[in-house]
Amino acid sequence: MDITIHSSFLPHTDADAALGFYRDALGFEVRNDVGYNGMRWLTVGPAGQPAVSVVLYPPEAEPGLTDEERRTVAEMMAKGTYARLLLAAEDVDATFARLAAGGVEVVEEPTDQPYGVRDCAVRDPAGNLLRIQQRR
Amino acid sequence: MGSRSGDRVPLADLVLLRQVRDRIDREYAQPLDVEALARGVHMSAGHLSRLFRRAYGESPYSYLMTRRIERAMALLRRGDRSVTDVCFEVGCSSLGTFSTRFTELVGVPPSVYRKEAAAATVGMPACVAKQVTRPVRNREARRAACP
Repeated sequence: MDITIHSSFLPHTDADAALGFYRDALGFEVRNDVGYNGMRWLTVGPAGQPAVSVVLYPPEAEPGLTDEERRTVAEMMAKGTYARLLLAAEDVDATFARLAAGGVEVVEEPTDQPYGVRDCAVRDPAGNLLRIQQRR
Repeated sequence: MGSRSGDRVPLADLVLLRQVRDRIDREYAQPLDVEALARGVHMSAGHLSRLFRRAYGESPYSYLMTRRIERAMALLRRGDRSVTDVCFEVGCSSLGTFSTRFTELVGVPPSVYRKEAAAATVGMPACVAKQVTRPVRNREARRAACP
């Protein structure tokens, strides 16, 4: 078996805001930007990890959702309980300082967690939770 | 209340509630109260409490206290701090309120927990220890549902 993780998906509510966060604040490269019917799919990822991408997708485009389900997804995103991603960085404190200075929504400053990692947490503009932990 | 929209909280308010909840996660160890949280998002304390409960199923005060108790459990497990020290360190100003809430959530008073839990997670991987030692809010809900 030689399966790798190719792409993982996070929902967005505003493609331009998502670009501002993932490209400008996190420093990810934009690998694809696909528009269809006024909706956009953005493929982004860290330059040092060309084989792994995150696709930022419009959740309302998912076929087979009822209006009620679509509404629930939007509510869960807004209240911050829908999706998350775990990242790692060589220097969590420096990374956090840069993000905070850039005005991103801070959830938790760099902290030594009782479960053994040093990490911080921020939200992307859609409300997804991004934890960034110290690489070891 | 009882509106046709099923009392749904507007998305813009949900974003504010998320900021309140994140602030609790971030600042629970400071002398936070619901009034301060409400001021931060320009709501009255009563309105914030109602909306927060509708969105997250519990009041902001309850969420705040649960965070404090969760942290207190971790500190007590280390065994090098007194219950009083831990109470103040997690942002509680009243030892009585802290002990009552701790006992409700965890099932035993903090002093007993401190004695019994010190050795309970020895040898357990950190990620497992975090999972299994988290206070379970449903434990309360169940008790309330069937007294």
